Amino acid sequence: MRMSATHLMHTHLMHSGEPNSPRYRETPMSIRIFTRTGAAIAAICLFAGSGFAQTAAKPTDPQIAHIAYTADQIDMQAGQLALKKSKNKDVRAFASDMVRDHTAVNQKALALVKKLKVKPEDNPTSQQLSKQASDKRAELSKLNGAAFDKAYIDNEVAYHKTVNDALQNTLIPSASNQELKDLLTTGLKIFQGHQQHAEQVAAGIK
Amino acid sequence: MRRRRSRLSFGALPVLAAFAIVVAGPVRAEVIHVTMEQIAYMPAQISASVGDTVEWDNKDIVAHSATARDKSWDVVIAPNGKNSIVLKSAGTVEYYCRFHPNMVGQITVKARE
Repeated sequence: MRMSATHLMHTHLMHSGEPNSPRYRETPMSIRIFTRTGAAIAAICLFAGSGFAQTAAKPTDPQIAHIAYTADQIDMQAGQLALKKSKNKDVRAFASDMVRDHTAVNQKALALVKKLKVKPEDNPTSQQLSKQASDKRAELSKLNGAAFDKAYIDNEVAYHKTVNDALQNTLIPSASNQELKDLLTTGLKIFQGHQQHAEQVAAGIK
Repeated sequence: MRRRRSRLSFGALPVLAAFAIVVAGPVRAEVIHVTMEQIAYMPAQISASVGDTVEWDNKDIVAHSATARDKSWDVVIAPNGKNSIVLKSAGTVEYYCRFHPNMVGQITVKARE
């Protein structure tokens, strides 16, 4: 789950809407080389490559908003499933925290896109996230008791790690609107907290 | 409350004396403010004395807790809400947020002289 979703974010976002021309794929490398060498060379490369970087490597703000909302929604639904199925006190407390926090973040995100007049735009990354989540939900629905608790909490650890990696490496650096970037940055800190919390719960139910 | 005490003082001088010491004593309990912002306690480290109050003010969009690692206290603070505790004993207490354990703080509590 973790590897595939991360990989997916990178591959889709890097190449979405652009031809597979070698020139496009060279852009990120030129930026990378640039950071290792002097500032002057870097600046030249950056200017030369910025057009490619924006079109080939970056998701747009409407796509980012959609991905973030989708990712939030998925974890809220997973929490609701856990509240229906689990009897473990720690798992239930964690699940209700997830429902509460992800609801709060999504309300904030919806208010922001409304304010910015951004229309969230569906995209392959969102679609893939939804597909994986519905497969995972089907898998979890068949489990009960301790087996469910373990599968749910292990998935929460992996899922938050995947989302946090995507936020840190792709979504936050790609966001162009500062308020969107700030909300994603706050979201990352909240979800890093969830990841640690999930790891603690996972360690406790082994 | 004050009116009641002053009436009592006519017949109970020791009570009045004790009341005067509490009010005019050299040290008064303080309220120390800690803000919760960007999933962090600010300031993360504070010093206080026994009897002081610590008040957390949550400016984040999600609820937080301030939970002592030694389990001596645990308070939940809603978004845009405040909550507080009174420090009852001396020592250093580490605390964290139960919902976001990446939030950590520390209170060094001195005994009152």
